[in-house]
Amino acid sequence: MTTLPATSPTRDRDFVLLRPFRLIGRTVIGGFREIGRISSFSARVLLACVTPVIYLREVLRQCLKIGYYSLPVVGLTAVFIGAALALNIYQGGSRFNAEQFVPNIVVLGITRELGPVLAGLMLAGRVSAGIAAEVGAMRVTEQIDALLTLSGRPERFLYAPRVIAGVLMLPLLVLVADIIGVMGGWLVAVGALDFNGALYLRNSWSFVTSGDIQSGLIKAAVFGGIITLMGCYQGDRSKGGAGGVGRAATLAVVGAAVLILASNYVLTSIFVRIGL
Amino acid sequence: MIVQNAPIIELRGVHKAFGPKQVLRGVDLTVAPGKSLVIIGGSGTGKSVTIKCALGLLAPDKGEILFDGEPAKSAKAINALRRRTGMLFQGGALFDSMTVWENVSFVLLYRDHVGRAEAKKRAIETLAKVRLPASAADLRPAELSGGMQKRVALARAIIASPELIFFDEPTTGLDPITADAVNNLIVEQVKALGAAAITITHDMASVRKIADEVAMLHEGRIIWRGPVSALDNSGNAHIDQFVNGRAEGPIQPAI
Ligand SMILES: Nc1ncnc2c1ncn2[C@@H]1O[C@H](COP(=O)(O)OP(=O)(O)OP(=O)(O)O)[C@@H](O)[C@H]1O
Ligand SMILES: [Mg+2]
Repeated sequence: MTTLPATSPTRDRDFVLLRPFRLIGRTVIGGFREIGRISSFSARVLLACVTPVIYLREVLRQCLKIGYYSLPVVGLTAVFIGAALALNIYQGGSRFNAEQFVPNIVVLGITRELGPVLAGLMLAGRVSAGIAAEVGAMRVTEQIDALLTLSGRPERFLYAPRVIAGVLMLPLLVLVADIIGVMGGWLVAVGALDFNGALYLRNSWSFVTSGDIQSGLIKAAVFGGIITLMGCYQGDRSKGGAGGVGRAATLAVVGAAVLILASNYVLTSIFVRIGL
Repeated sequence: MIVQNAPIIELRGVHKAFGPKQVLRGVDLTVAPGKSLVIIGGSGTGKSVTIKCALGLLAPDKGEILFDGEPAKSAKAINALRRRTGMLFQGGALFDSMTVWENVSFVLLYRDHVGRAEAKKRAIETLAKVRLPASAADLRPAELSGGMQKRVALARAIIASPELIFFDEPTTGLDPITADAVNNLIVEQVKALGAAAITITHDMASVRKIADEVAMLHEGRIIWRGPVSALDNSGNAHIDQFVNGRAEGPIQPAI
């Protein structure tokens, strides 16, 4: 029998020529495989979210962790963004004598876009990384295996409560961010730009529509799902000790941030089309 | 007709590889109800992998697991197996977000939906069986010493009266006195439950205390199996080397 020796010249040349294609192929296939894995994981967890066996105590604990303890982060982000936005719009608006539209544009920008996106990104850092690290530590210390041997299902017991809490809490946090963001703009407008405080608020309130607020809250609910799912997914997959847990946290943050920005565009274009 | 000594669990030709690394190459193992089998073998030979396959935590590449005569392959069969078994993990694997008593009574709380007051009462009773005071019940696992964690993990494994219990290195990392106490607790509780046990250990003192039978895992297979009394005159070079703890012999040290 004649077989080509492993180091024959033709074989080597083939290898070098094929190398870029192989790399591209492997990356593309790897990407699809990852998307497939994330989708099937998400489907399993979302199914667990709507099965009647829901651990209420766990959901409440996660609501406290994800919602209440994120208030400072979200509040601080919102107040500074609102303030900076007011300054920018005043400056830009003065180029065509439109300074008086500061309250309108601040409230629009905060409710439709900056509130949900920035709260989402901040919580991708805080919540996604936290969940990935916690679940990852449970994975590498065999707590997830232990849960399985005790007839517990991780998607019901660990993941569904987190995802439910994320989907419920993010809209509430964004509502708070909306209010604090507008107040940030108000502070700058009244303190530095000589606006009348009462008039500013009246303008904001009469301009903003329930559609503006609703679209922001729908985005927030989706982002809440993304943030918690990515944290759970990366934590669940992590292996190899403390390093693996760290990697899971990083991947969760990056994945959640990218998915938030991408889905933000998709949702915005849907809202624009349906006139929300 | 019920066969008297039909095994409670049986592994048939179990193979398992991780990537290119072939860990198990056909493990055959049976344990009769109420009997205690100890698996010995060098570090990294796949002892933990063997019992993870037996519990359905890892899927074997080849071969099958029979629990009480039924193949444990479908999710339903694996769930049934887990309902009737207990497991003490190598690292304890206590849930660190929960208190000691919530850990111990996990299956009562979340599988059997027992009320919290009743579950706590039974957790404290079970803690007493492993000689832990009721005052430990409200602590967190992180506040316990290694020996206490092992006892809590033991309590968690026995609370639902399993018919088969797995112990993965129950005494590793404990001082000899505490290790002996844990061994005694295992023997005592397994006897009290009438359960079968599969124990992994490196510790020959544990082997002699716990085992009815001993099996040795080497290069992915069970290469010797016999009653604990045959350990010292097994006529098997691998067993001799292990029992006497020598670096020289057919088994290469894992360094
Ligand atoms: N989930 C996994 N992924 C990849 N490799 C694994 C996995 N689990 C175990 N292994 C590998 O399988 C081999 C056997 O591991 P196992 O934990 O069963 O050893 P062990 O016999 O229990 O050793 P020790 O006595 O040190 O606990 C090891 O080389 C380990 O690296
Ligand atoms: Mg092991």
